[in-house]
Amino acid sequence: MSAGIDLDNVVCDFGSFRAVDHVNVNIQPGEFFSFLGPSGCGKTTILRMISGFIEPTEGVIRIGGKDMKGQRPNQRPTALIFQNLALFPLMPVWENISFGLEVRGVDKAKRRARAEELLALVDLPGAGDKMISQLSGGQKQRVAIARALAVEPSVMLLDEPLSALDLKLRQNMRAELRAIQKRTGVTFVFITHDQGEALAMSDRVGVMSQGKLQQVSNPRDIYNNPVNGFVASFVGENNILTGSVAAPAGGFAVMDTPHGRFRARIADGVSGAGVKLYVRPEHMVFSPAAGAENSVPVTISEVAFEGNFISVHAVSDSGMTFLSELRNDGSATVPELGTKLHVSFDPARAAILPDAVGAKG
Amino acid sequence: MQEMMKRYGGTLTAMILLLTAFWILILLILPNLTMFESSFRPYLPVIDVGGPKDTYSVNNYLRILGGEVPMSIFGFEATVPPRVKVFLLTIFYSMVVTVITFIMAYPLAYYLAKIVSPKSLPTLFLLLFVPLWVSEILRSFAWWIILALKGPLNVVLMSLGIIDTEIRWISGFSPVIIGLVYTYVLFMMFPLFNAMQSLDSNQIEAAEDLGSPWWRTHWRVILPHAKPGIASGAVMVFMLSAGSLLVPALLGSTTSGWFTQTIQGVMLEEQDWNTGAAFAFMLLIVCTLAVSLAMRVFRVKLSDIAK
Repeated sequence: MSAGIDLDNVVCDFGSFRAVDHVNVNIQPGEFFSFLGPSGCGKTTILRMISGFIEPTEGVIRIGGKDMKGQRPNQRPTALIFQNLALFPLMPVWENISFGLEVRGVDKAKRRARAEELLALVDLPGAGDKMISQLSGGQKQRVAIARALAVEPSVMLLDEPLSALDLKLRQNMRAELRAIQKRTGVTFVFITHDQGEALAMSDRVGVMSQGKLQQVSNPRDIYNNPVNGFVASFVGENNILTGSVAAPAGGFAVMDTPHGRFRARIADGVSGAGVKLYVRPEHMVFSPAAGAENSVPVTISEVAFEGNFISVHAVSDSGMTFLSELRNDGSATVPELGTKLHVSFDPARAAILPDAVGAKG
Repeated sequence: MQEMMKRYGGTLTAMILLLTAFWILILLILPNLTMFESSFRPYLPVIDVGGPKDTYSVNNYLRILGGEVPMSIFGFEATVPPRVKVFLLTIFYSMVVTVITFIMAYPLAYYLAKIVSPKSLPTLFLLLFVPLWVSEILRSFAWWIILALKGPLNVVLMSLGIIDTEIRWISGFSPVIIGLVYTYVLFMMFPLFNAMQSLDSNQIEAAEDLGSPWWRTHWRVILPHAKPGIASGAVMVFMLSAGSLLVPALLGSTTSGWFTQTIQGVMLEEQDWNTGAAFAFMLLIVCTLAVSLAMRVFRVKLSDIAK
C-alpha cells in the first residue's frame, strides 16, 4: 500500500529564518523521489514535516490525499530512516525490526516470524538474535530498512542513510535500496546532498536551494536541461562564461564575452549584461582548426587520466580555463600537453540560464 | 603509571600516590579495621582491657537479639527483638525513600536532559543547587517547622479548604521519609540526568515514528538506557538514607526509630563502643548485601554504575 504525498505551498519558519519557502510538489504513489541540495537548503526540514516531527508554518501536507495537520509521527503512515539509523542498541536485531509490531500489539511468535521474513528481504537471514553492536555498517543499514518496512508504511522517508558508509558499500546499497523499493512498491522519499546518489536512484529529483524548490524532474532532464545556474552547477561540472546577451530569437541567443562570441540556448526572461552560459565538460570538443561558431583557440595545460574518462584543461589566449572530459573508449584522440588547438561546443548543448529561484544578490 | 611519571615527574607522582595511600589506608581502612576488631571484644572497664577477660566473641552482635516486641510483617504477626524491628524498618523505609526519589527524579531528569533547551540548563541547575548551600541541619529543621501542627503546611491547606482540622504530620515515619527524600532526591536526579543525556534523541523519535506511544518509548527505550543511572542513584540514596542520623533524629517521632539512632544510643549513652561497632557493621553488611541482591535482580553490573 503506497500513497502519494502532496506538498501544497509549504512554508516552515524557525524564528525569523525561513527554512522552507513555498514548496509545491506532488510525489506519486510508488515513486522514488529525491530531494537534492546542499546542507541547510531545507531538505531535512521537509522530511521532518512529512514525518510529523515539525508542523509547517503555512501550507498543507497530504499523504494519500489526507491532510496530515495535527497528526503526530506515531499516527502517520510514514516510516523514517534516520541519518544515524537510530537503531535500539539494547534490543537484539529481531526486536528492533519488530518494535513497530510490538507497539501494535502483535504477539511474540508472529513478530519473530515477521522479523525473519524481513531479514530475508534485506538479505540478512538468521541475524535475528545478534545485537546491533555486532553488525557492520551495511548490516545496520539493512536492519534499519527492515525495521521501517515492518510497520508496512505507505511512505518511506530516508534521511541521507548512506552517508556514513564507505564508497563501495554505498554503491551496493544504492542498487539494493532501489531493488527493495521496486519489490515493495512503497513510495520512497530520499534526502541527499550527493548528486550521483540522487540521479542514479530516483524516478524524479527535486533540487533545492535556500528553502526553495529549484527544479523537479527526472534525473536525465535535471542533468541535461537544468532550469537555472544553481541546478546546473550543483548537479555536475560546468564551464561557465559570463557576458552580455542581445536579441534572443527562437530559443537561442548570442552572448558576447571577453573570451569571444558564443551562441547557445537561452532560458526565458534572461537578458542584459552579467548573465552566465553553462556548458558541460563532456560537450567540449577539440579540433586542430577553428570551428564555424563557439570556437576558442586554446593551449592544453593539463591532462589527467581518471580511468573511464580523461580530464583535459585548456587555457584560452584570453586567460579562461576550459574543462573538457573525453571518454576513454578510443573515440577521441587525447591531446598532448602544450599543443595549441581549438575548443568548441554545439550551441544546442549549451544554455544561458538565470542564477536560481529566489537567489539573493 | 608510566603515563603519570611522564606527565608530572617523579616527585609529584610520588606525592600524589602517597596522599592517595594516606587517604585510603589511614582515613578509610585503618579506622574500619579498628572498629571491626573492637566489635568482637567485650565492653570492659579500662583496667580489664587487655586482661584475661578481653577475648574475641560474637556476643556484641548477638545483643541485637535481646527482648521481644510484636511486629506485623506484610500481614504476618510475629514477635521480634526491638532492635531487629528497628533494623528491618530502617532497611524497609530506606527502600521506600529510594523508590519515591526515583519517581520524583525521573520526570525531572527527563525534562532537563531531553526537553528543556540547553541554554536554560545552567539556570535550572543553579536553582536545584541553591538549597544544597544551606546545611543539612537547617534544611531538616525547616521541614520540622513546615510540618509542625500549627505550621505553614497545615495553615495553607486549611485556608485553601482542603482540610478541616490540622493533620499531625510529625508522627510515624512520614516526616523522616519526607526529610530523606528532600535531602537525597538530587543524588537520584543527577545520575539519571547523566544517563538520559547520553541517549541519542533520534532513538526517541525513531520509537515515536514507529508508532510507539510515549509510555512505551519510556519503557522500552529510555528506561533501559537509563538503567545504570537508576542503579547508581538508587545505591546512593539507599545507602545514604539507611546511614542517615541527622534527619531521623530531627524529624523523627516517638514511633520512628532509625537504626543509626540505636547505634548512637549504644555508643554515646551506654558508652559501649564495642557493641556500637558491631551494630554499625551489621547495618553496613546488610545494606551492601541488599544492594548487591538488587543489582543481581535488575541485571546491573558494578562497571555500569562506575561509568
